[in-house]
Amino acid sequence: MTDLTAANKAVKDFLAEAEEIADQLGSEMADLADMAESGDLDPDLLNSIFRGAHSLKGLAGMFGFGEISELSHNMENLLDLLRLGKIKLDQVVIAVLFESHELLTLLVRTIAEGGETNHSTEISACVVKINACLAPPEQISNNSPFAHLGLSEQTLGALTEYEEHRLLENINKGKKIYTIHTSFDLSTFDVDLSKISDTLKACGELISTLPSMAGIVETNIDFDLLFSSNKELNEITQMIGNDAVTVALLGHADTTVSPSSFPDSIHSEPLIPVTKAVQTALVSPDVPVQPALATGDDIQSAKSMSRTVRVDIGKLDDLMNIVGELVLAHSSIAALAIKMRNQGFSRIAVDLGKSAKGLERKLADLQKGVMEIRMIPVGQLYEKMSRIIRKISREQGKKVELKFYGADTELDKLIVEDISDPMMHIIRNAIDHGIESPEQRIALGKDEKGTIRISSFSKGNHVVIEVEDDGSGIDTEKVKAKALQKGLVQDVSMVSDKEAIDFIFLPGFSTTEKVSEVSGRGVGMDVVKNNITAISGMVDIETSKGFGSRFIITLPITLAIIKVLIISCSGRTYALPITSVLETLLLAEKNINTVERKEVIQLRETTLPLLRLDRFFGFERQGPRPEEFYVVVVGVAEKRLGIIVDDLQGQQDIVIKSLGEAFKRYKGISGAADLGDQRTILVLDVAGMISEAIRSGS
Amino acid sequence: MSSKTILIVDDSKTMRAMLVSTIESINNYNIVEASTGFEALRLLPREKVDLILTDINMPDINGLELLSYLRNNPNYQEIPVIIISSEGSQKDIDKGKQLGANDYVIKPFDPARVQELIQLYLG
Repeated sequence: MTDLTAANKAVKDFLAEAEEIADQLGSEMADLADMAESGDLDPDLLNSIFRGAHSLKGLAGMFGFGEISELSHNMENLLDLLRLGKIKLDQVVIAVLFESHELLTLLVRTIAEGGETNHSTEISACVVKINACLAPPEQISNNSPFAHLGLSEQTLGALTEYEEHRLLENINKGKKIYTIHTSFDLSTFDVDLSKISDTLKACGELISTLPSMAGIVETNIDFDLLFSSNKELNEITQMIGNDAVTVALLGHADTTVSPSSFPDSIHSEPLIPVTKAVQTALVSPDVPVQPALATGDDIQSAKSMSRTVRVDIGKLDDLMNIVGELVLAHSSIAALAIKMRNQGFSRIAVDLGKSAKGLERKLADLQKGVMEIRMIPVGQLYEKMSRIIRKISREQGKKVELKFYGADTELDKLIVEDISDPMMHIIRNAIDHGIESPEQRIALGKDEKGTIRISSFSKGNHVVIEVEDDGSGIDTEKVKAKALQKGLVQDVSMVSDKEAIDFIFLPGFSTTEKVSEVSGRGVGMDVVKNNITAISGMVDIETSKGFGSRFIITLPITLAIIKVLIISCSGRTYALPITSVLETLLLAEKNINTVERKEVIQLRETTLPLLRLDRFFGFERQGPRPEEFYVVVVGVAEKRLGIIVDDLQGQQDIVIKSLGEAFKRYKGISGAADLGDQRTILVLDVAGMISEAIRSGS
Repeated sequence: MSSKTILIVDDSKTMRAMLVSTIESINNYNIVEASTGFEALRLLPREKVDLILTDINMPDINGLELLSYLRNNPNYQEIPVIIISSEGSQKDIDKGKQLGANDYVIKPFDPARVQELIQLYLG
């Protein structure tokens, strides 16, 4: 059955996915064990673990990996009863789950590495233990336990067995059941809906999400959410804070409905932390399960060992927002002090000014503190990448050695999350197209093993991540030929090698025309670039044919609070992140030269391209251009641009707020910010403007 | 040459790949893939879909909810839907049938059965 000599690509794909599922199961089970300790189970987590085992069973069955299929099938049975509340998650069950998972991982790894598996004895032993945890099947009554709720047939009809169980469980716990009706634009519904569901999940359980048609409006989509919570109707309405969302309380349960049967006789030990001892005791099938009962002292000592807290990044965002608002409040107090001094209240004004200064210092500390909590070492990203590289190189039959540098460079957690997909694509590209096969490499006189070097380091207010391979490099002649063929250029002799490399970032240049929303398929370098630009980063390529390529990603350290330069142009105010501002110059119209219909100035030894905001955004200038004006020189990575503005209005700390999906197509704007004096301004996206200016120029 | 489009909704990449190769071996259908119910909702107005193969257990919205949406929307009402789910989900499959699923296939699926159904619904 597991004859790998005939292993084809599908089997490799399966093994890759199986490894991923097994890894995820491992970390989710660890979370589950933590929760079981605290007695606060997350049904979503349990359901996700169930789904993992469920998928693995189905997949392994399709590929004829009987052992994996059998084991995951049994795990699925156990997890199904757990998620349906038919058995309790106690420490024996957890230990059995851990043991099964360990065996499952072993099976997947062995097959992935090309070995034969013969673990039928271990599997049977494991299955026996799983079966010991299973409760007799529950008797289902024919009467719908939801009749009193008055739920619509549509909602009820689309509930899965699991969702029905969650609904029942919440009714039994005496929770209030609500239906929530919302309507969204079809283009942004997922983002909008997740905002509401995140709010809801913070104070209850989201049981089901039923989409429906929004009347006759085809660009909209409606959702009916089924939600349970302890909170009152008005509290929920207030939390959602959106008049377009209607919330209704469903008929409250007077009597509790048939509770799920818990087989108390089988396992009713109190929950104790799963210790290594319990797990190892379970490895031998003959040893009866006899976990040592925890005494109060044990629990105490186990608790004090952990010195870390897991925090939802959303909470840190909220905290950061509050810090940002405090910073704004401080600015207005400082402004008030100055105003008072000017009006003659000098004594009080000086005291107020002093207090404001003290406040400013503490605020800076607070801001720094919150920022530091958000920072994580890029090493976490490396671990993920190394798994992916191993997987892909195995798929491709290439030998790749990995070298990581600067694992302790710190970056904002959200940036690390957002950069992992683009990096994955860059790495996949490097292995797919860069690194040659071992035979080719030997023929070229290179080491049979290719090398991928990922290094990161801080550079001013940015972090630079470089992905370097020693493969074949990018063939710029081929790129030029393709650009010619696609009609992007008329004459390749005018295109420099550097410009040619930039072509690969154009939409549709490197991708095939296949419709897919799935990441990893049909995604081109343009998406990589857009993703990096979306977090105010920039990507550059250096390549040398025959020797390899280097992708240089420059990223801001954080996006949470940034210092900006406030500028104005034709009566409009904008903010420019100070991290990208290199210098400002005061110039007159006569300093501007025109080269090939592009405005430039001579700045020291170099020629600096200029950009006028009114032309860039296409609005009409009010009044004549001033005689003298400022040029703000901005730069990201090695690229420079001069932005012509009328006036500079000083610096300020701001909290960038996203403008959402609807504004994504407007280039050059990264968000909006509140200035504290009731004014809201747009924050310019320097990296985006530079690429746009260079693109339209060339 | 056929220009009919089949939408596959499943959160497992491998399962989608298996279905794709099963479909590709019979005829030149356009295949559109979605890894979640939300993706399917977004793809529906953009692609003229002639047949949907969907899993039940998925993150965000489940296959039954997707089915209910389709059957209550005049634009998609007529699209045949085949549920592809595992044996353990019999109750859910039964619900799917009540909601108007045209057929179902049990995972691990028999490619010949899937091909037969596709030809039945797409001709």
